[in-house]
Parts: sequence; structure tokens; C-alpha cells
Amino acid sequence: MNIVIVGDGKVGAALTQQLSKEGHDITVIDNNAEVLTNSMELYDIMAVQGNGASLTVQKEANVGSSDLVIAATSADEINLLCCILAKKLGAPHTIARVRNPEYAEQLIFLKEELGLSMTINPERTSAREIFRILQFPTFIKRDSFAGGKVEIVELRISDKSKLHGKPLSELYETVKVQVLVCAVERGGEVTIPTGAFVLQAGDKIYVTAATNLLADLIKNLGIIPQKTKSVIIVGGSRIAIYLAIMLLHAGIRVKIVERDRATCLKLADLLPKAQIICGDGSQQTLLHSEGLEEVDAIVTLTNIDEENLIISMYAHHLGVPKAITKVNRLEYVGVFKDMGIDSVISPKSLTANEIVRYVRAMENTTGSSALTLHRIANDQVEALEFLVTGCTRHLGESLAEISLKKGILVACISRPGKLIIPKGSDHFQKGDHIIVVTTADRVIGDINDIFED
Amino acid sequence: MIAYVLSRLLGIECLFMLPAAAISYFQGEGSSVSAFIAAICIMLMAAGLLALFKPRKKAIYAREGFVVVALAWILMSLFGCLPFYISGYIPHFVDAFFEIVSGFTTTGSTILTDVEILPMGLLYWRSFTHWVGGMGVLVFLLAIVPMAKGEGSTIHILKAESPGPVVGKLVPRMHQSAKILYSIYIVMTIVEIILLLLGGMPLFDSVLHSFGTAGTGGFGIKNASLAAYDSYYLQSVITVFMALFGVNFNIFYFLLIKEYSQALHNEELRLYFGIMFASIAAITWNILPTYGGSFRDALHHAAFQVSSVMTTTGYATANFDLWPEFSRLILLLLMFIGASAGSTGGGIKVARLLILIKSAARDIRSLLSPRTVKVAKMDGKVLDDQVIRSVDVYMICYFLIFGFSMLFISVDNFSMTTTISAVASCLNNIGPGLDIVGPVGNFSQFSDFSKLVLTADMLIGRLEIFPILFLFAPSVWRQKQKTAEIAGSYREATSNIDL
Repeated sequence: MNIVIVGDGKVGAALTQQLSKEGHDITVIDNNAEVLTNSMELYDIMAVQGNGASLTVQKEANVGSSDLVIAATSADEINLLCCILAKKLGAPHTIARVRNPEYAEQLIFLKEELGLSMTINPERTSAREIFRILQFPTFIKRDSFAGGKVEIVELRISDKSKLHGKPLSELYETVKVQVLVCAVERGGEVTIPTGAFVLQAGDKIYVTAATNLLADLIKNLGIIPQKTKSVIIVGGSRIAIYLAIMLLHAGIRVKIVERDRATCLKLADLLPKAQIICGDGSQQTLLHSEGLEEVDAIVTLTNIDEENLIISMYAHHLGVPKAITKVNRLEYVGVFKDMGIDSVISPKSLTANEIVRYVRAMENTTGSSALTLHRIANDQVEALEFLVTGCTRHLGESLAEISLKKGILVACISRPGKLIIPKGSDHFQKGDHIIVVTTADRVIGDINDIFED
Repeated sequence: MIAYVLSRLLGIECLFMLPAAAISYFQGEGSSVSAFIAAICIMLMAAGLLALFKPRKKAIYAREGFVVVALAWILMSLFGCLPFYISGYIPHFVDAFFEIVSGFTTTGSTILTDVEILPMGLLYWRSFTHWVGGMGVLVFLLAIVPMAKGEGSTIHILKAESPGPVVGKLVPRMHQSAKILYSIYIVMTIVEIILLLLGGMPLFDSVLHSFGTAGTGGFGIKNASLAAYDSYYLQSVITVFMALFGVNFNIFYFLLIKEYSQALHNEELRLYFGIMFASIAAITWNILPTYGGSFRDALHHAAFQVSSVMTTTGYATANFDLWPEFSRLILLLLMFIGASAGSTGGGIKVARLLILIKSAARDIRSLLSPRTVKVAKMDGKVLDDQVIRSVDVYMICYFLIFGFSMLFISVDNFSMTTTISAVASCLNNIGPGLDIVGPVGNFSQFSDFSKLVLTADMLIGRLEIFPILFLFAPSVWRQKQKTAEIAGSYREATSNIDL
């Protein structure tokens, strides 16, 4: 497909990388010649320099004959203008990034009015993600499927854990709930394990489970469930605003530390129930005086990765139960893994995932495209949700008879009224939602792609 | 990665050589058949050896791009000259090397005093090197071998191999762009072959001359070059096609996708044809007496020669060395200007000239009123200072190399005209020069040393200086090792942390 990406910033670059890797022809538009040269040298793409919202530039980039235009510049207004123009030139699908909280409400009818296929708001997506992690802080990360009924949660096995030294086939005896370990990360290597796989301390496991069983899972694992009652947010960014609204709504106390006085005043106006602290969040004395040791969680959301990492590491050192870190450059996160930097949020990769799922769905013709796409284990594994339709092959055959492609696991079948962790005797039937886990170097765009034949 | 590309390249060259071998075989030219087979075997062995190096990293960055291109061209020429050398038609290795480099770089200078004794297979191979060298062998490789895996991209190869100050892609995918370029190229070549056939030229001759025109090379198969075909039609067809192959191929692409205004408003295209027509007019007027007042003859020969020299092809219909001094000087100047960027021609390129003039005009104006802010524009876009600077650097290097080459050649003690025009002709990939190396002369009288200098000039000219120059820069080799070490130790460090 021909895809035009306007704006070669963080999200733009992440999209360029992912979509180009998936075999699409990418044209990137940006004002800045330097970043374009850089992208051109890294990826096999075409670049056009200029204002993406101007007609001549769009014509030069051949927007009219493209299949999709994604506007991800830093300005919402330019993004919207880009999409209107692209639509006029004949681009069938347009996606705009709109992230100003003030536009959030009008987005629903703006979308219709402007003919947008999709709007993305990385900040709100990130905030929702953080909020979900804070609901169950035991898990490093949570990804939900089938309308929130199924989740894949990430857990680290400590040396005191009941799971240490257990093979996966004996998992049920320990946890007493129907769950499935669909991926294990050990020493940077990710495997899709079989029943004989023996868990060790230090492993990160990715567990598929029904959402309503999560509490039981934690209890049976012998972990005392902590409930988050108070949170410190460092950095008063847009994510902080979205997050604070969600947290306050759930009755959690919120303290926001922000350096800039004007921003603080704005926050205080927007979030009357939150406590706004004007000061430098990277100062230890300030964090202590605001009661860092007593809070249940800290969320670092400043614009500087290094600052976020340092603050989270310090909080972990002090024994704060949960630290969530926003990081833009994911490459280096692996280095900090054992220093309290477990829960990492990257707005750009969340957004990229969302758009990649949309693009794959566009390509799909049979209408059985992925409903949800999550990347887990440092983006090395993809978890996809599909709806089983009449076109799906091998309906009604038992899973033991069907041969799946290598490195693919059916993690869950969600059928109206019940949830199945599949065994060899189970089968697919029309209307099922299935969750498929795959090592991410191949593109699964359609449910039928999972079968070997 | 470099070894990987080189091994693929030699494989391709073997494929290219097969038709030539086949022609030799069917013509019953015993010695050249065995020479081709020997050359192909040697190449396959070398390719096999190179393939043993497993690419450690698959990325191609700017440095790899330059090194790959420079090494590829040198290696390709070393192996490409084997058929001439082994068959004994060019018994001296330096001569054979000169001849094949002249082929690949689309120069068309020859050391052969009598071309017509060469067997058909070798003639075919000689002309074919023009065709493939014109558009670039590595571009061909990009079109058929998918290589872009991982980070870093093949654009660096295109940048290093394609002529012109700014190199861009036509469509997002590299191999798609390369395919489009080659498709246009092939179609135009076939059209020319057909037109020549219609004019009564034998098939073999038309194919070879079309190869020579398409690559703007200029190897003929007759000692008298194109003058051997006493047909206005044939010569005119070649005149037109030479001019067309000197046009930036992007223009043809724009015409193909019906972006007529973008194609016709291209400033380089306008200047290119402007210079061409002005030169034709001036020379026609100047040589009118030489042709006894026959306007038709004068115009015909002037047009052919201007088109041939400006696009750096180097075919001749007349011995322009006997023309008046004014015409000879115009031709010498045209040698330097050369064809358009992104074409198969050589020289400094019209686009560079345009950028130089524009930036000079801007800078002179700013001397008069220092506070004026003005930008130089080309095709409605602001010229980046980076581009202007790179053109300046190019010109400096160009003239330094030009000067030193002349100095080296002058040891042979030929006339000033010979020395200057020989270097100009090689560095700009034209073919014939003036005086001893004029259209009826050749390069056989030079010493081995001079021939090597001129060979290097041809490569430098075709690859636009930098790739070859970088090959001699110690930092290219040294830092490479160092970065590899650093990357290695970093990888170790991170893997330790993972554990």
C-alpha cells in the first residue's frame, strides 16, 4: 500500500519504521530537511520536504493516489488540515493525531464532519494504559482483549515465588485458575513455551487469563494484593492531565509535581481535586517532603527520559511499591530492567501499534482482520485478537488436528458466556474471539494466516 | 556486507558475459570463446570466495555505500578485461584494463589502432559495458536483488553511483525506483535499435551502436566511427538519441506519469537544451566555409558533434580536429559542462553549472549590499547551503585532480592540446579529444603510467570523484575497525546486563 506520513517526529518515525518493515511504500513529509535525510538513510522510503498541509507539497508527495494518509505533526490543527486536504485530493483513508485535551470532546463529531477514518491521541492512550496498570500493580503490564474480558498480563518471577522451578504442565496445581503462559522472556530471549518448560526466578512471563480471575491468580500466587490509593505524578504533561482525571474518578489521591508555574496554574484550574506542587520533581528533598515513601505508586511523565528513569529508580530504591516510567527511546530500556524500571510506557509505540493494526485491517479483504493488536515482551511478540467468521477455515475441527504455523499459539478462545484456555480437544466455531500469540517477525493480517496449509 | 554485494556483482557480470560468449561461439571465434569461458570461471571462483565472508551486519551506511561502489567498479573492470587479455587481442594488461574501464565508465577512449580486427564477441562485450556502465551496475543489482534488510539503506549505493549533485528516488521503494530507471532505459534502447534497423544498418551494428549511445559511451565498431555509415538518417537518429540519453531520467519518468509541466519547467533541462542549441548554431556558422557553404552539411555535422561531445558520448561523423579553432574550443568547453544530472552522461553536469551560477550571482549581489538576504532557488525550491557547498567542494576536487593528471601526463611530452584534451576527455568520460587523441586518433601512444593515470581519471569521472577518493583515505578503513570494536564491546556490555 502507498502510505503518506506527515510529520517525521517520534510517532512518525516509529510508524515509518514499522510500516516500511511490513512492506508498505512510505512517503514522508516534513518541514525539516535534516530529519528527512536521516529517515531516508535509515529506511527505504521517499521523502518530501515542505508543509504537509499545503497543496503543492501534498501533490508532490502524490497524496491523491495514496491509500492512507497519517498526519502526525506536533500541531493538531495542521494534522486536521492535512487530512481534509488529502481527502479532497482523493486519499480514501486519513488518520489524524489530535491530542489537545480541549479538543477531546468535539472529536466524535469532528471525525464524521472531516471524513477522518481514525483519530489518535497518544497521550490519552498512554494515560489509559498507565491507569490500567495501576489497577493491578502486581502486573508489570496489562493488555486486554475481547472487549476487556481477557487479558495478557506480564509478571516477573521472584526467587520466593511459588512458580520458581515449576514446569508449565504443573501450573494449574499452583495457581488453581485456568491460565496459560503464552510467552516467557529470559535474558532478553523470548520463547513461546511448551508444557515441559521450567520456570525460573528472573523470568518474565506473559499470562493469558480471564479478567475476572486476575484477583484469584494473584491470591493463589501468594502475593498480597496491593491497592493503589495514592499516586505521585512527576511532570504535568498532557498524559498527566488525562491520567489524573481517570485516577480521581476512581477515588485515588493524586499529587502532581510540575516545575513550571504557569502549567501548575492551568493544572490547578483543570483538576481542582488534585494536589498540584510547583517544584522540581528530580529533587530528592522535594520528593521526600511530598511523602514519596508513603505513596503506593509514582508515575514519571516529564519530557526528559533520563529524568524519568532516575526518579523511578530512586523511588524503587526507597521501596515505593510501583513505579511507572514514560520513556520515548525504548532502545535503552533493557539496560535498566533490574533497577526498578519494569513498567515502561512509550506513547509513540502505543500509537504505532494502534495504527499498524488499522493498516493491517485495511489490507484485509475477508473482513476477519485483527480486532486488537498488542506487542509484548519488548515488541518481540505480537498478540492478536481475531473474530472467527464463516470464511475461517478448519471450523469445528479439533485443534489437535489442525497444524498451525511455527511459533504460533492460540492463547484463548472467548465464546459468548465462557472463556476457554484451549487444549487439543477444543475447536473454533463461528462467533468466537480468539487470541493468537506469535513471534513478531512475520505479519499475520488474517485469521487464516495462522494455519500451516 | 561489502563482500556480499561484491560477490553478487561478479555473479551478475558472469551473466552479462554469457551473451558475448554465445556470440563468439556461434561465430566460430575459437580463441575468444575460450577466453570468455576462462574469464567466467575465474569470476565465479572469485564470487565464491567472496561469498564465504558471511555479512556480519547487513546495514549500508554512507561509508559502506562509497566503498562498495568504488571497489565494485574496480573489481568489475579487473575481471571484465580478462576476455581481451586472455584471447590475446589486447596482449598488454594495462591496455586491456584501460579499454574496459573506458567501456564501463562510458568514456569510449580506445587504445586500439584497428577496431575492425576484433572478433564480434569481444566487440559485443566492449559495447555492452557501455550500456550497463551508463545506468550503473549496482543500480541494476538493486533492481533485481532485494537487499534492504535492517537499518541503513541502499540509497547510499544509489547516491554514490548515480551522477549529479542531488540524488533522489522516484518512488518510495529503492528496488522499484531502480526497476523504473532500467525499464525506461531498456525501452529507449530498443526504440533506437529499431530505428537504426529501419535505416538499413545491420542488426549487430545497430545493437552495438545503440548500446554506445544509450550509455553515452562511444565505442564504435568501425575505425572511422559513425562516418563509416554514409547516411544522414542513421547519423541523425543517433544525434537525437544521444541528446535524449543526456537528459535526466527523472524527466522521462515525469512524462510517463503525465506530469508534463513539472518535466517541461525543469531548469536544468532548459539550460541543457539551451547550451546545446546555442553551440550548434555557433559551430554551424563557424564551419560553414569548411563545408563549402553547404548549410545542410554544416548543420548536420555541428549537431552531431555537439550532441556527441556534450552528452560525453564521443561518436564522430567528421574529424572535428580539422575544424576552426573557435569550434574546437566550443567543443572543448562542452566536454567540461557535460550532460544532465541523473543521465548516463558524464562531465561536470549542467545541474552543477546551474547551481554554481546561481550561488555565484547571489554571493556577488550580497557583496554589493551586504544586508540583503537572498536565497538561490532551483525549480522553485530553495537551494540548500549544504548542496551548494558540496558542489563547491566537488569543483575544487575536480580541478585539483584535473591539474595533477595533466602534470603526470605531460611527462610523455605531447603537445599542450593533446595533454589537456586527453585528460578532459577521460575525466569527463567523453572518448576522443583533440590532436593526437582526436576523433581519428587513439590513446595507444601514451606510456603505461599515463594510461593508468587516465584509467583512474575515467573511474573518478564516472563515480564523481568521492567514492574513489575515499578509497585512498586511511580514515575510511581505520575508523571502520574502531566503530566495529566499539559496537562489539557495547553488545557485550548489554548482553551481560541482560543476564
